[in-house]
Amino acid sequence: MQSFTTVTGPAIPLMAANVDTDVIIPIQRLVGTGRDGLGPYAFERLRYNADGTDNMDFVPNREPYRGSPIMLAAENFGCGSSREGAVWALMGMGVRCVIAPSFGDIFFANCFQNGLLPVRLPIEEIRRIAEETEAGPGNARTTVDLARQVVVTPTGREIPFQVDGRKKEAMLQGLDDIAMTLKQAEAIAAWKARDKQSRGWAWESVA
Amino acid sequence: MPSTMFDRIWDQHVVADLGEGWSLLYLDRILVHDLSGGRAMEEVAQAGYRLAEPRHVFATPDHAVSSAPGRTAETFPVGAKLLRSLRARCAAEGVRMFDLGQRGNGIVHVIAPEMGIVLPGLTLACGDSHTCTNGGVGAMAFGIGASELSHALATQTLPQRRPGTFRIRFEGARPAGVTAKDMILAAIGRFGAAAGTGMAMEYAGSAVRAMSLEERLTLCNLSIEMGAKVGMVAPDDTTFEYLAGRDFAPKGRAWEAALADWRRLPSDTEARFTRDEVIEMASIAPQITWGTSPEQVADVTGHVPRPESAPDAARAKSWEAALRYMGLEPGQPLIGTKVDWVFIGSCTNSRVSDLRAAADVLRGRKRAPHVTAWVVPGSEKVKAEAEAEGLHHRFLEAGFEWREPGCALCVSANGEAVPPGARCVSTSNRNFVGRQGTGARTHLASPAMAAAAALAGSIVDVRNF
Repeated sequence: MQSFTTVTGPAIPLMAANVDTDVIIPIQRLVGTGRDGLGPYAFERLRYNADGTDNMDFVPNREPYRGSPIMLAAENFGCGSSREGAVWALMGMGVRCVIAPSFGDIFFANCFQNGLLPVRLPIEEIRRIAEETEAGPGNARTTVDLARQVVVTPTGREIPFQVDGRKKEAMLQGLDDIAMTLKQAEAIAAWKARDKQSRGWAWESVA
Repeated sequence: MPSTMFDRIWDQHVVADLGEGWSLLYLDRILVHDLSGGRAMEEVAQAGYRLAEPRHVFATPDHAVSSAPGRTAETFPVGAKLLRSLRARCAAEGVRMFDLGQRGNGIVHVIAPEMGIVLPGLTLACGDSHTCTNGGVGAMAFGIGASELSHALATQTLPQRRPGTFRIRFEGARPAGVTAKDMILAAIGRFGAAAGTGMAMEYAGSAVRAMSLEERLTLCNLSIEMGAKVGMVAPDDTTFEYLAGRDFAPKGRAWEAALADWRRLPSDTEARFTRDEVIEMASIAPQITWGTSPEQVADVTGHVPRPESAPDAARAKSWEAALRYMGLEPGQPLIGTKVDWVFIGSCTNSRVSDLRAAADVLRGRKRAPHVTAWVVPGSEKVKAEAEAEGLHHRFLEAGFEWREPGCALCVSANGEAVPPGARCVSTSNRNFVGRQGTGARTHLASPAMAAAAALAGSIVDVRNF
């Protein structure tokens, strides 16, 4: 996993509700493309015109937002399919942090597995960041600081956000989950031994 | 202290408390499919690990296989590559795989209950968001991403944060024409596509108790479309009768022991849920979606909404975009909207009872000439049962295509797609932009509503058909 400390950039105001992972990356691309090649296909149905040129109605295509690591969205970002390719595609287009009021649960978990930080803030705060960005000179910058757990808005306001302690540590250090869990090998073995006694039926039928 | 079914299953599977609401949970079963299964197993091997419990992992190709009659693994060459990887890794690790054409093959969430792989009180994970379907037997089943799948395979556990609980009770007698699909679509329309985020759903009430097991699977299937990873129905005699004798269900004394455990699972009457709602069955009519989110749904007798009547500005904007994509006018009646394609299938509605319901509507009539209509059974077993009953003849005589098991037109990962601009009434679970193909316009509905639309060539109310 890529480690995450702070990112800075003009916050891209995508601001749509229920952005699903099918729209972030169409499944056909996942069947044929490896995880490192997905960036050009992120949001491809919204991002390009029929002739393949950039659709300038799609905000992330416009300057100064193009390539910015911070994206703003409305409720339920990343809902739908479990495809982790949605996170790989977003990272492939340069996004390292999405700020939304709520996220699809599986997408939210996938973000932490890859070093893309999902930040939950109230919709009013997100709208204000968008307004400050637009009003600021040269579309002022937002900073997301994971260690301090704050979003610093273009006018210098600091908005604290919540993040799970274990997820934060893993992300700051780029830690691998499997290695962390295997430290619990004894607890897993003990659980299994107990369970084989108490719920033999759950083990016998597939033995 | 009174507890919910979800609490009981969760507590029993905690291997270690990781703090801040996180637990390391033991997984009784893992399901893998062709789209991500081979790759996840390759990554586990490359990282130097073996599968922790390969006998508790089950594999089937479904996403990227063609559903064309007489298909082989090579019919969709891009998918064939994924299938070869899945076969090789399953053979190397000793994982049971149900290959194309074999008993047990089919859509992963159709075969798991059908084979008795998923059982009441078990935990189950799969790299697919519709894993929540399996909660219909009273299991805690949830979808995970690719990295989590590798973790699950290597350790047979997952770190998970305990969700809240959300119960919906469906009370009263089921009105004519209303199916499990209509019930859950109505609930999503009422509470919204994010209402279940961070929640485990339990569906209860007299109408759920009266449901068949297959209907409960449909109900739980759309839990993810409400934002929830988990959907459950308490096991009862309906569940036990369904599971008895299935391939991987316990037998003999083990069955008796399991039954005793399963009877203790249902939530206590006094149990408290984070959120608790009641839906009166009398308030539900046959449903059809008009937009590009499952929450954009209406009674079939209703109208396409006007964006200016949306509850807020953000919603108004998303309604406008949805209407533009769907090619619909604000205020137009849904009934009478011309339909080009009909798809009966997917992990939502491809079981034999779904196919019976659709076939019952046909009654010797023919599809409208301009409609392309597909029936894709959910598994080899469903296909065999349907053919034994002669359902395939009824579909074929009505001008439908009778195809091979798989995800097919639900996900469009297999070379199969609804053409750009074409309008499809689909029994699947997602009407997202581009889901059934670039520019495809999807209306979600029940199998009976889909069959009726194929006959009429337009959206119709199945109750008058």
